[in-house]
Amino acid sequence: MALDASPIHEAGIFSTYDVSPFYCELMNRGGALPEALRKVQERLAHLTLTDLRERTTDAENLLWRLGITFTVYTEREAIDRILPFDMIPRLLTAEEWAFVEKGVQQRVKAINLFLWDIYHDRHILNDGIVPSDLVLNNANYCKAMIGVDVPGGVYVHINGTDLIRDRSGRFLVLEDNARTPSGVSYVIENRHMMLRLLPDLASGIAVRSVEDYGIRLHRALCDVAPEGVVDPQVVLLSPGMYNSAYFEHVFLAREMGVPLVEGRDLVVENHHVYMRTVAGLRPVHSIYRRIDDAFLDPQAFNPESLLGVPGLVDAYCRGNVTLANALGTGVADDKAIYAYMPRIIRYYLNEDPILDSVDTHICAEPEGLAHTLDNLANLVVKPVGDSGGYGLIIGPHATPDELKAFRDKLIENPSNYISQPVIDLSVVPTLCPAGVEARHVDLRPFAVTGKSTWVLPGGLSRVALRKGSLVVNSSQGGGSKDTWVMSA
Amino acid sequence: MSRFNPHVTGIQPDLNTLLSRYAENMMWLARYMERIENLARVLEVTEAFVRGADGRPVWESIVQINSDEERFRALYPSATEDNYLQFYITDCANPSSIKAMAHSVRENARSARPLISTEMWMQLNVFTRWMLDLTASDIRRTGLSTLCNRIKQECQSHAGVTEGTLYRDQAWLFYLLGRHLERSDQITRLIDTRYHTLLPDAAEVGSEIDMTQWASVLRSAAAYHAFRRLKPVTTTPANVVGFLLKNEGFPRSLALNLRHADSVLGTLSSHYNLRRQSSAVQERLAELRAMLEDQTAEEIIIRGLHECMHWIQEQIETCQNELAAAYWPQPDLAPAQAMSQGQ
Repeated sequence: MALDASPIHEAGIFSTYDVSPFYCELMNRGGALPEALRKVQERLAHLTLTDLRERTTDAENLLWRLGITFTVYTEREAIDRILPFDMIPRLLTAEEWAFVEKGVQQRVKAINLFLWDIYHDRHILNDGIVPSDLVLNNANYCKAMIGVDVPGGVYVHINGTDLIRDRSGRFLVLEDNARTPSGVSYVIENRHMMLRLLPDLASGIAVRSVEDYGIRLHRALCDVAPEGVVDPQVVLLSPGMYNSAYFEHVFLAREMGVPLVEGRDLVVENHHVYMRTVAGLRPVHSIYRRIDDAFLDPQAFNPESLLGVPGLVDAYCRGNVTLANALGTGVADDKAIYAYMPRIIRYYLNEDPILDSVDTHICAEPEGLAHTLDNLANLVVKPVGDSGGYGLIIGPHATPDELKAFRDKLIENPSNYISQPVIDLSVVPTLCPAGVEARHVDLRPFAVTGKSTWVLPGGLSRVALRKGSLVVNSSQGGGSKDTWVMSA
Repeated sequence: MSRFNPHVTGIQPDLNTLLSRYAENMMWLARYMERIENLARVLEVTEAFVRGADGRPVWESIVQINSDEERFRALYPSATEDNYLQFYITDCANPSSIKAMAHSVRENARSARPLISTEMWMQLNVFTRWMLDLTASDIRRTGLSTLCNRIKQECQSHAGVTEGTLYRDQAWLFYLLGRHLERSDQITRLIDTRYHTLLPDAAEVGSEIDMTQWASVLRSAAAYHAFRRLKPVTTTPANVVGFLLKNEGFPRSLALNLRHADSVLGTLSSHYNLRRQSSAVQERLAELRAMLEDQTAEEIIIRGLHECMHWIQEQIETCQNELAAAYWPQPDLAPAQAMSQGQ
């Protein structure tokens, strides 16, 4: 069906759309819709609900057949799920993207300088910009990394910056993901899904491509291979096919054209890393590891780990192999450090942060705790260190009992929490059981850093499918959308 | 600060980077897919054509082909049709059931997923899910013949997709090795058990016999029409056995599969420079082929068909073990951790 030719505008998917009080990125940007977006909006408006539902079913069937799934483990069984895919794309103008891209690059640069510093001279701690205690006693501060010179000074080769937009459409950083951020495979697979199932929508519209992520990633991993290695062997280290993100590991290994290895495929001999091949042991130079620090090497960290490679950390610290991301990067994306990021950016780069942060109070500090307790019903309180949207409370959405219980937990262990005002996340039209409705979204752009930092145009748009919900995590009922960055 | 690596040309791929684990996965993927296809064919042929004196299908012959006598008796008290079908289709406690093998296929395919083509994965993903969801009522509802035909067709789709899309590197060679070794093994099992059921007395080897029974042996190997094309003047048991063992044109004959397996090893030796790893198996295959060429089918039968088939099966198993030792040697792990896939 040619979308332009369909005459029934009144029956289109937006005919019942409720322009909510929030910033709607497609329907209510507080002024005329930018020209680049208008054409897409018009084409979408011609679609009927039945059309959209049929195509969504097709898309979900295809995701099943392709095995683009993640695994959720309950106590009794492993359930494969698809990430619910919403076919109405999330659009960003070229100007918006240029701004986000610069902001992400700035942030990644600052994070890498910060990590170098805290594992070497600790200027930022000695100058009192960030409390020493917060860094050196952080659970993710990795003592093995002290004094280790990582190639090019890059610690965070792959970074995911979680962004939200407030009621005015302003971009804010919600958190940094500097350990092993996931989700990039969905960015690319969602695009393929759109091109297959709504081929007319983008026809004649210039949208930035997302195809070269694998090539860029491979190049960056070659850039940071140990010095002197010609044509380095890159591998992707996965916990294996029972890991919930195994599909993404497969995807990335394929896109890079490198072997997906498990711990048992690698061996360390004489402080060098090798993989077991049919021709015997072959050297490995750069490892994109999707295993957390603690499980990477039973000799260095968790001795129970069967996923890791004995001796890997030693080989790494000697500079014989590169790990991406480096060890000990978790200290940089800690929610407590997040509060200091604007100061960290100014300290190292001598420039103002391009992307704003959400106003954050650190409950470890007396003023922060007092403010949080006084305003609990109006704040979001999040545990530090943890990830995945678990253990947080959204004040305005909580019952009095929940607030009371949380208050006790907070008082018991204040240093485990930070608090932020509730941000009215922007919304996008999303297919829901009753029709197309406004749902909150975030955006996770992925930045790849070798010799320079490249940001994949767009990123993962996660959408909270429950009405009013601000939690977009896939483990908690979130879905995703294709993100279109307009070329002009 | 150590600097960026400047030495990237990116144009000189190393030929020998196939992980040992992947080689093992590819080989077993092929073997299990062959087994599933063969089992589906044998089940279907048995229902239709392998009838005893009472006119009922002789399901026990399948138990003999797979050497499953002990396991079947342990799991099922009575030899009823329902029990045989459950044992071979839906019973996960039987490692040679369709379902158990579907599980093995799925695990190997998932493990090798970074390597196999997306189209291979898609077909296997849907097919194995479907097989894993099969229930006894599905067999009753659709009928055994329809079910088996669907399974065979999916196996053949797999073979076609693989032929058409899998990149031709070492992974493909290990896949082929698995296919040819499995076909070699399966054909000897079929001949061994069916021959003795039909013709317990070796003295009758040259006599003309009831073709309907022998046709079912050929059908169990998808060989019936190929055999007809030879237009044998007399249809003797030796003709049938000779065709299945020695014919160089039939894709499931022993001779053809041994020749192809040998040629795959030759490619690994020469093109991939893996002479040392391949030599033991190459010698064993040469011995097997010489044995086969040196005797007529009549001679094999008179000297002892069962002994000969059994010996070939042992040699094939040794080949498998030698390949495992050469290409995916187990690191020094406790036995419980060593991951290997037995017969």
